[in-house]
Amino acid sequence: MARGRRIRARLRWSNLYTFGCLRPNISEEVPHPLQGPGYSRTVYCNQPQVHERRSLFYCKNNISTTKYNAIMFFPKALFEQFRRVANIYFLLAACLSASPISPFSALSMIAPLVFVVGLSMAKEALEDSRRFLQDVKVNRRKASLHRGNGVFGLRSWQKIMVGDIVKVEKDQFFPADLLLLSSSYEDGICYVETMNLDGETNLKLKRSLEATLSLDNDGAFKDFTGTIRCEDPNPNLYTFVGNFEYDRQVYPLDPGHILLRDSKLRNTEYVYGVVIFTGHDSKVMQNSTKSPSKRSTIEKKMDHIIYTLFTVLILISFISSIGFVVKTKYQAPDWWYLRPDDIEYQYDPRKIGLAGMSHLITALILYGYLIPISLYVSIEIVKVLQATFINQDLQMYDEDTGTPAEARTSNLNEELGQVDTILSDKTGTLTCNQMDFLKCSIAGTSYGVRSSEVELAAAKQMASDLDEEDSDLSNFPMQKKGNAPWENVRRDEEIELETVVTSKGGEDQRPSIKGFGFADSRLMDGNWSKDPNAAVILLFFRILAVCHTAIPELNEESDSCTYEAESPDEGAFLVAAREFGFEFYRRTQSTVVVRERLSASGQVVEREYKILNLLEFTSKRKRMSVIVRDEEGNIILLCKGADSIIFDRLSKNGKKYLDATSRHLNEYGEVGLRTLALAYRNLDEQEYSDWNDEFQKAKTTVGPVRDAMLEKVSDSMERELILVGATAVEDKLQKGVPQCIDKLAQAGLKIWVLTGDKMETAINIGFSCSLLRQGMKQICISTANSDSVINDGKEVIKDNILTQITNASQLMKLEKDPHAAFALIIDGKTLTYALEDDVKHQFLALAVECASVICCRVSPKQKALVTRLVKEGTGKTTLAIGDGANDVGMIQEADIGVGISGVEGMQAVMASDFSIAQFRFLERLLVVHGHWCYKRIAQMICYFFYKNIAFGLTIFYFEAFAGFSGQSVYDDWYMILFNVVLTSLPVISLGVFEQDVPSEVCLQFPALYQQGPKNLFFDWYRILGWMGNDCRHGCCWYHNVHLHHLGCQLPDCLNNEPFYMDTTPLCVGQHSQLVPLSLIIWHAFSSIFQDCIPNIG
Amino acid sequence: MDLDGGSSSTISTGARAIPGRPVRHGALYQFTQQNLPACKPVLTPAAVISTFLLMGFIFIPVGLVTLRASYSVVEIVDRYDIECVPEEYRSNKVAYVKDDSVSKNCSRFLKVPKSMRAPIFIYYQLDNYYQNHRRYVKSRTDRQLLHGLGYNDTSSCRPLESSDDLPIVPCGLIAWSLFNDTYKFSRGPSELKVNRKDIAWKSDRNHKFGKHVYPFNFQNGTLTGGAKLDPTIPLSDQEDLIVWMRTAALPTFRKLYGRIEEDLEADDVIVVNLKNNYNTYSFGGKKKIVLSTSSWLGGKNDFLGIANLFVGSFSILISIIFLVLHLKSPRPYGDTAYASWNKKSISS
Repeated sequence: MARGRRIRARLRWSNLYTFGCLRPNISEEVPHPLQGPGYSRTVYCNQPQVHERRSLFYCKNNISTTKYNAIMFFPKALFEQFRRVANIYFLLAACLSASPISPFSALSMIAPLVFVVGLSMAKEALEDSRRFLQDVKVNRRKASLHRGNGVFGLRSWQKIMVGDIVKVEKDQFFPADLLLLSSSYEDGICYVETMNLDGETNLKLKRSLEATLSLDNDGAFKDFTGTIRCEDPNPNLYTFVGNFEYDRQVYPLDPGHILLRDSKLRNTEYVYGVVIFTGHDSKVMQNSTKSPSKRSTIEKKMDHIIYTLFTVLILISFISSIGFVVKTKYQAPDWWYLRPDDIEYQYDPRKIGLAGMSHLITALILYGYLIPISLYVSIEIVKVLQATFINQDLQMYDEDTGTPAEARTSNLNEELGQVDTILSDKTGTLTCNQMDFLKCSIAGTSYGVRSSEVELAAAKQMASDLDEEDSDLSNFPMQKKGNAPWENVRRDEEIELETVVTSKGGEDQRPSIKGFGFADSRLMDGNWSKDPNAAVILLFFRILAVCHTAIPELNEESDSCTYEAESPDEGAFLVAAREFGFEFYRRTQSTVVVRERLSASGQVVEREYKILNLLEFTSKRKRMSVIVRDEEGNIILLCKGADSIIFDRLSKNGKKYLDATSRHLNEYGEVGLRTLALAYRNLDEQEYSDWNDEFQKAKTTVGPVRDAMLEKVSDSMERELILVGATAVEDKLQKGVPQCIDKLAQAGLKIWVLTGDKMETAINIGFSCSLLRQGMKQICISTANSDSVINDGKEVIKDNILTQITNASQLMKLEKDPHAAFALIIDGKTLTYALEDDVKHQFLALAVECASVICCRVSPKQKALVTRLVKEGTGKTTLAIGDGANDVGMIQEADIGVGISGVEGMQAVMASDFSIAQFRFLERLLVVHGHWCYKRIAQMICYFFYKNIAFGLTIFYFEAFAGFSGQSVYDDWYMILFNVVLTSLPVISLGVFEQDVPSEVCLQFPALYQQGPKNLFFDWYRILGWMGNDCRHGCCWYHNVHLHHLGCQLPDCLNNEPFYMDTTPLCVGQHSQLVPLSLIIWHAFSSIFQDCIPNIG
Repeated sequence: MDLDGGSSSTISTGARAIPGRPVRHGALYQFTQQNLPACKPVLTPAAVISTFLLMGFIFIPVGLVTLRASYSVVEIVDRYDIECVPEEYRSNKVAYVKDDSVSKNCSRFLKVPKSMRAPIFIYYQLDNYYQNHRRYVKSRTDRQLLHGLGYNDTSSCRPLESSDDLPIVPCGLIAWSLFNDTYKFSRGPSELKVNRKDIAWKSDRNHKFGKHVYPFNFQNGTLTGGAKLDPTIPLSDQEDLIVWMRTAALPTFRKLYGRIEEDLEADDVIVVNLKNNYNTYSFGGKKKIVLSTSSWLGGKNDFLGIANLFVGSFSILISIIFLVLHLKSPRPYGDTAYASWNKKSISS
């Protein structure tokens, strides 16, 4: 490690980069005139005492994400509770309960309310305390801070002030937004991982000002002072405007100088920085929008039921009051036993108007039992318990990383059962973002015997097709004999799969190397040297080992290298080269050292290649080249790039292997591999130096033409290439992804993949994860080519896209085969137009018709926009799943956000509602838990309303027999306990434990899931059915008791007419026995039996 | 969620302890994985039909037995409120009942239809009398009934908490309107002995009405409601009051008056000498006297029997209908086309 550090310390990476980093002279930039609103911030570096003064006091570096604080908790939480309409109603009722208007005692109104509100508030407090502890943990992290006189000491993050000098070491997080002053590298650069900010895993380069390079040790800060004037805190991650005044000179600052909080220092020993933005002023905190609180559709509908019930309540209160007025006016004067001559206003027949009004209020309180007071709190309890079950499910527990599934917000459990569309990120979600070098084609021969996942999936598909002939899967399990038929089926599949694996890839014993899945004895262990084409193979390996921009990191213990590469593909190439015996070993400013093992004997030669030029990879160029001078002094251009680009640039004699290679490339593409073609060109000295002059001239040009010039010059060099071969790497899918997607598709879910990748890769992945299948009709919508975008007007492009969409829709309409499946593939640039208001509906209409949709090259913002379009356009429930910070927008926008946990970067998980460790757990989360939770909550809510309506109506029925006087049939204690004790457990246990089918059946018949998206258990038809049943049952209960009473002379109840006695135990009894009985037996019998026998009518 | 975190971490350590797989057995595992064995009845036509049939076979006999018990009860009901008003007062019954100078004596002759076994319960039944009116129900103080004058807060007794600035014991409308018709029974020449003890609930006598609480200042106001109480007898022994104070749930109610502890033979004629004091005339109520025996199921009540018979026969009817439907158009079992989610998509 020490050696590697020294090597790197000597390097100036800027020399390696041609395009990105060669900036025109800095002095030409004029410092921003920092005046006016938005640019008021002044930071006095290294003078913390200045910022303690009030006028320059900026917020502290401690962060708080809690909803409440200790003092404000009570009033604020109470306010939150009473934002629910039902709770306000109960509060009013409780306030009135002390007055004679109330039909109940004060206790029986207040106690349940206090209980219910108290329980909800306790839950809030518990959740908030967890957030608080998390904040405390972050705030107490230590950072090394300049304490004066060049001494640095550890301090907790929360004590860091604006203007402080902070030293951050390797793999530490930045405690605040910093201005980079210097780093362990001479030229003041450092590498930063911004995973937590934007989800990108590659390292970003930051660079300090030339002026502060000398401040590279602790002592240098003894007398350092400076002033920064810059913009006010804002959420924009990619802009920064400011000036740095140092040593009587003013330097302009740009985002490249700024290290953002929550990003991580990588590959750099240490950096020094000045704190500019602290705490909530920092960009990442400014950026963190409060995650919107989501409510499930069922809960929204529940509100409507409550409104309906309020209407019913008011209606029956009016009926009751009219009854009361009639009785009181015409009969009560004769009821001498009530002493109508000496009566309170609320019964006074002489002031019938006032009496009627007060009775209306009484009735509104009396029939309040129609509104279930404990509904919200019961649902909350149930959901927390359901979430506990989700968290504890061992089948969603990832044993590799030790992460269980986690329901982070429990209020969306049932929404999991109603998902219609899944929007998924690709990298890190479907794939591991780990490339495996799997196959290659060299000199027209294809090497590599292992199968890709697509091949495995295809083989498995064939196997299961055969399987299907034996047993008809569309039948219910009951028909099959044996105690667990589904297990047998699954075991069969596993056996088939295993045989496929073992027959295809015979060399599984080899210890697996990360990024290297290649197996072919013809090339391995130096055997390639015996090949007739050994020279070409040698060149192939050299291109792999030399043509890249990676940095080796020497592992002292095993004496082998690991690589920090810009892209995982490049890493895979280097690992492959190493395994083939060409170990990229050392990089200096201008050389690349490769240890080459040229034969099977194991003799290692160290070869140095002098890097003359490096032509970088850009997405537009789709290729990269290096021009090297080898030890013999030959100048060679080594090039790798997209096959289409390379093939166009081949010389006449370089096409020797073209046919075979392109055939192989097609094969690789079909099995879902990412391919690159490799080529070279020999240059003579004169040719090179001529070109180099031009290149240097282009490099030093200033202005907008520079990039174009550089490209033109590079282009002129990358010609007349000779094809060597092609590589095929596999973007490794996560375990079980194709099977999971297959099941989800069977469950009727639409899956959209939103990826930042290019179209070809996305399509390949689509195939390998069985999102796209052979025989599916692909509809690609894209702008014709990128150049025309600049020239054509926006309208033209839009029209073009619109025509494509209409054509595609037309095509789908004309399709005769009813089973034809369509897949829509659209790229990001097109999407920009397709998401505009006038096109988006056509686009959506097309997209929802397709079985799968793949959007490529989409930005995080577009991901969120697409999610919103689907959510709002279709009105269906959407689920977004992703792993990186670039998915946060999408996760927050969707009805349900799922984060992939266990990998680095918790941003997505923090924003998500559920987190799982692997994509494949999504199947169980939706098909099993979602299905259960949906049914449980739907039935529980219906049951809840059922019991309360039925109970409330008995009170109403009784009123008719009590002269509508507002007397309740039940004892006060019974009323207190009814909702919170007597009837809470049956409902809660239904909500927590109900299983219509065991999990195995859910998984085996994914179509069961459709009950959720179709909302069969909570549509108005069913709700009203329950309500009708309520009225009937309430009537039955009441009249059972009533009619029984009329003649009852039980020997024990000598007195015959006890007021409360009979009704109470009977109703409790009916709740514990009659309700489940009538529900489960009677109701189920009649309705399900009707289902069993068709067309009764 | 702390709980979850804790338990999941124990799971993970469990996983470490046994390499490869975590512990996958035991009741707790079964519970947390929601795998506990459960039984879910499958509603096959055979099961449904036979269950309905079984229900019918259970409910009909139960109904018959209950109905039989109800029929074995002999009940004599006699409405006397109109007959007991002398002819000259028939047009103005309220005046009659309010006039203290007129004799309220009246005799009723009841013929025993079937022999009645002792004990024979005597009830009075009032119709259209709202003992369940909110004002009426509230107008009492349980504490005063137990503690007597020592308990002062009698505000709930309004409007009858005091008269002449002296508290009333027992206060309130209920006590004030105590029923005051009296009955004497004779068979032929001999008087039938009526036991008027133990007609109230034991718990009421022992725990709700004080043993040392005596009526005080009762019915001394300008308006006299119902019966007067003997101020020398403690409330716990005033059983008529205790019975009356247990307010009836419905406007038609019976209250126990006493018991005849002799058997009555068929065709016996019982003479009831009653004092028709209580005013039900002003609100059009009815007064009835009821003599009834009891069975193991209580008094005469056909409802339970009829309800059982109805449910039983209805179940059998349904089972027959289902059987016919099942035989006429049987359907392969487990046809997914009829699954709820498929059905919906077909219909829509």
